[in-house]
Amino acid sequence: MADPMRIRAVAKGDEVVVKVLMAHEMETGQRKDSSGKPIPAHFIQHVTATWNGKVVLSANWGTAIAKNPFLEFSFKGGKKGDKVQVSWTDNKGDKRTDEAAIN
Amino acid sequence: MDQSRRNVLKAGGGAGLFALLATAGMLRTEAALAADWDQKAFSAKNLKDAFDALGAANRIESSDIVMTAPEIAENGAVVPIGAVSKIPGTESIAILIAKNPTSLAASFDIPAGTDPSVSTRVKLAQTTDVHVLVKANGKFYETKKEVKVTIGGCGG
Repeated sequence: MADPMRIRAVAKGDEVVVKVLMAHEMETGQRKDSSGKPIPAHFIQHVTATWNGKVVLSANWGTAIAKNPFLEFSFKGGKKGDKVQVSWTDNKGDKRTDEAAIN
Repeated sequence: MDQSRRNVLKAGGGAGLFALLATAGMLRTEAALAADWDQKAFSAKNLKDAFDALGAANRIESSDIVMTAPEIAENGAVVPIGAVSKIPGTESIAILIAKNPTSLAASFDIPAGTDPSVSTRVKLAQTTDVHVLVKANGKFYETKKEVKVTIGGCGG
């Protein structure tokens, strides 16, 4: 199981700004190890963020997203104390879901 | 997956059919996810193929898309890219990188209530144009910016 994400969700006016830092290698499949063998691609393909069960962002990613991916977005309607949940799935089927309360 | 399907079919009869349906149901979520991820677009090796795979062969250049990207990236492995669309009815935002081994970096679906504004960090193999593609009301809009890279993000 991958390390937890760091999620920060802050209410600003009528908006909630969400910043997420995920722990993932994001291996492109282009690199070779020291013996010259290609390192297989291992990267996050799907990211979904929900607030009160409603999808507020969904993304598909390729290998070009940097290691330990960062994501920032904002949505309307969230209140302090509400939960924002973020999930990812990578190309090997690993998954991770974490949540944070809006403050 | 093929193997298990074969076994189920071999079992035959009512029980077999039931098992097949159950398997199909269980596998559905993953299949749906796999279908979501556009294999063709994400494996396109140049911009044109990637745009074509996204159905965005025709695009309108727009100054209503604001891209935040550094002019010079010292380290191509971590390049912050921000994209804001001021086009009403923005449904999705995609980031494409012209000279990367595969062009499409990310595609974000923007539901109603979410700001058409995303930021992330990407890898750039070399100095390249970065494109932001916005889909709004069924039409595609784009803007681009060159980012100079002094150390590449792919390979070594």
